[in-house]
Amino acid sequence: MSPAPDAAAEARWRDAEAAAALLAVDPVGLGGVWLRARVGPTRALWVETARRLWGGPVRRLPATIGAERLLGALDLAATLREGAPRFSRGFLAECDGALAIAPMAERLEPGAVGPIAAALDRGSAPGAEGSVAPARFGLIALDEGEAGAGEEGERLAPALSERLGLWVALSECPVRSQAEWAARPVWSADQVRDARARLASVAVSAEALSALIEGAARLGADGARTDLFALRAARASAALGGREAISAEDLALAGRLTIGPRATRLPEQEDRLEQEDGSEEEAAPEETPPDAPPPDASSDDAGQAETEPHEVDAMADAVIEAAAARLPEGLLQGLSEIARSRSSAPAGASGARRAGRGRGRAVGAVPGRPGDGARLDLLATLRAAVPWRMLRGGGAAASGAGRGRLPVRMDDLRIVRTEQKAETVIVFAVDASGSTALNRLGEAKGAVELLLAESYARRDQVALVCFRGARAELALPPTRSLTRAKRLLSGLPGGGGTPLASGVDLARAVAEQARRAGRTPTLVVLTDGQANVARSGLGGRVEAMEDALSAARATAATGLKALVIDASPRIRPGAPAEALAAAMGARYLPLPRAEARAVTAAVRALD
Amino acid sequence: MDKTSTATIKPLYPFSAIVGQAEMKAAFLIAAVDPSIGGVLAFGDRGTGKSTAVRSLAALLPPIESRPGCPYNCDPARGAPDVACSACAAGNPPEPALRPTPVVDLPLGATEDRVVGALDLERALVKGEKAFQPGLLARAHRGFLYIDEVNLLEDHLIDVLLDAAASGENVVEREGLSLRHPCRFVLVGSGNPEEGELRPQLLDRFGLSVTVRTPAAVAERIEVVRRRDAFERDPEAFCAAWAEEDAATAARIVAARALVREVATPDAALEAIARLCVALGADGLRGELTCMRAARAAAALEGRVAIDLEDVRRAAGPALSHRLRRDPLDEAGSEARVARAVAEVLGGAEGAPTRG
Repeated sequence: MSPAPDAAAEARWRDAEAAAALLAVDPVGLGGVWLRARVGPTRALWVETARRLWGGPVRRLPATIGAERLLGALDLAATLREGAPRFSRGFLAECDGALAIAPMAERLEPGAVGPIAAALDRGSAPGAEGSVAPARFGLIALDEGEAGAGEEGERLAPALSERLGLWVALSECPVRSQAEWAARPVWSADQVRDARARLASVAVSAEALSALIEGAARLGADGARTDLFALRAARASAALGGREAISAEDLALAGRLTIGPRATRLPEQEDRLEQEDGSEEEAAPEETPPDAPPPDASSDDAGQAETEPHEVDAMADAVIEAAAARLPEGLLQGLSEIARSRSSAPAGASGARRAGRGRGRAVGAVPGRPGDGARLDLLATLRAAVPWRMLRGGGAAASGAGRGRLPVRMDDLRIVRTEQKAETVIVFAVDASGSTALNRLGEAKGAVELLLAESYARRDQVALVCFRGARAELALPPTRSLTRAKRLLSGLPGGGGTPLASGVDLARAVAEQARRAGRTPTLVVLTDGQANVARSGLGGRVEAMEDALSAARATAATGLKALVIDASPRIRPGAPAEALAAAMGARYLPLPRAEARAVTAAVRALD
Repeated sequence: MDKTSTATIKPLYPFSAIVGQAEMKAAFLIAAVDPSIGGVLAFGDRGTGKSTAVRSLAALLPPIESRPGCPYNCDPARGAPDVACSACAAGNPPEPALRPTPVVDLPLGATEDRVVGALDLERALVKGEKAFQPGLLARAHRGFLYIDEVNLLEDHLIDVLLDAAASGENVVEREGLSLRHPCRFVLVGSGNPEEGELRPQLLDRFGLSVTVRTPAAVAERIEVVRRRDAFERDPEAFCAAWAEEDAATAARIVAARALVREVATPDAALEAIARLCVALGADGLRGELTCMRAARAAAALEGRVAIDLEDVRRAAGPALSHRLRRDPLDEAGSEARVARAVAEVLGGAEGAPTRG
């Protein structure tokens, strides 16, 4: 254990601890914490710290919760038992004044995300019969999902994450250091209690506010909520420290916890970042402003400054430097990737999996318990209960209170079965290597855009996998959005070797994921078949072709509908693309001069 | 039976205190003056105050008259209720009282039952009576229906909403029930186009569309946060400070509602609108009708009795930018196309006369 990484790891842990403390001081104002961490001792330690500092009631929000449980609904069992309507109180109303912890939060259904987001916004939840109940709480969303281009949808729904003020990413720490740090906690529950009392009286200077907002603007952390959360975090931090006004330390902490993780671009002045070694730093930004070169930053973008421009800019720079320590992973590598992962479709793979329940047209009834998307089919229920009427003591033969009533038992309940038309996903696998001429890529892009423009009527989605060089990548995750497709496709590069096997593998993986989400995938491969890069990434025509054929056979085994479009300049019998199509069980289409509309027509003809 | 009383939870942010977003606020005002325009579709980033604006606007509108306990918001002034509303048709109906304009949220994941209404389970199971439990459409009558993330809504729900919004009536035929009730509301939808395209049929039904963006200027963002913070610290004082402007806006809307039928549409304006639509290749005639109605409402809001070309210029963007036939290979966004066409047809600079 060398000293330097340990100090960095401890700094990160202390920040996370501070986040727990800030949340305990102002849970409603900050909304909550989005904690990205794997299940393990570090995460457990953090949750325990948060509970200890909060000291108040805590409710657990299960990932499988549905809208009915959240908002409260007719409690059927109690109603049937007592013969008079009984309503269950919604979970959100029960959370009023408490802290809610949601493990596996990335698996919450869209039907549950909506009411929770609305409650976080308004501080109240609609109850039964049109009433409104207060529901002011802070939410800790424990997200175990893996980020990354291939796993679209395994992250917390954006509707929730943007309403949670503090974003924290925790990585596993060595157990020994963890025990050490846990033995020396920085905050105590008493300090938190005092801070809550002081919170309203913390003064916010105009310079502090401008510094925060300018920092957020330069890092591309947009959204009015971001600004508000940053302000509230800084205020809570000042209250915790017993200060009456926001200090530079508070600004830095707010920058690290609210602005940095939401950054979408690097600030203009890169030289300021390089002043410190690496990107780890402690919260001591008071030293940096005098070192910083004179603020010529005041002239770029919207450098509006208040009474003392030099001071405000220096404070803004301090905020940016602090925030830079917590930029999202990979921001330096691929800005477009970050934008993609942040604006991913809200219905994650797990959410869409449950989409079958309760959505779509009704077709018949099956026995079951209503609730959480399953709707009671009243007529079928009554029809099931009627034959047992006499035996159960109801009906005309009964006397007293039972007279004329129809006794219904839980076994009689029938729910509506729904059916939704399956949507199609067309996965394009495009050979972007140098061996296929450059205009093939343009044609493929054009074909994708045309398909998208037409797909609105059929509710189809289109995805694009590109393979070139040594690997394949998912250039366009399944989307129905023409705007997104155009944006992503315009910057797609070409050239390099032909890793055909990897391309087919990745396309198959995307198709499988779509299938799991309840959609029907179709695969279209646009290539000339001249594979020269094997799965391992090494060159060699023979292995590359073998790997490609094996990938094709694996695809055939999954029963995927497929089409191989041969883009070689001259079509010969026995072309490699034809062999690929045969191995894949796909249709083969020779297209020497592949043209966007012809490709589109061919794909349409597949169905 | 609607016991909504948001006043006890938290007073609403005043409409006039919303910073910037002039286009969005203007579109909401126009839609409130003349609901037949067909509502507003607000495209844009999250957290830009779309939902706040709708609620604040409804809060400043004059209260509507309805009988307490009536779930359909029946209008007592219309005599016999249009539907078998048990509260209003009773022998001794309760006295009409004033209540705020209803704003109903259509939540993400709403089911058809909640929207359209269904058999009243409780009464059926417990008392054995067949009764209709009104859904969100009934609650939104004479008010606003706000749909968040409209492009993610399921297809069959969209169909139901379209029918109800277009015809002004909700026809219920299910589970042994057969009835219809009026539901005239202003439909406001919000969405992020990056997450999916709306079908053109749905897009066309929305009267106006605006694109809402996060303010780029730091000074504007600072003002947004400063005002929001002041509101959170002391809501009553903040609302009191803005009450005068809110009242002025409410008075403008009321006056405009009365005036809008009288506003004259000179031939020059009609010709300009028609030429605009032809130049843009907008499908169908709804574009022209909406543009004309929006221009009339804009004129009425300023107290004028005739449309002038400025009104047409201002109404063109919101009324037409979502009705253009999309050419996927065309790089220019629809707003740019509308602006170009407006400059061509109406003349680029202010005060430039129409041609022909």
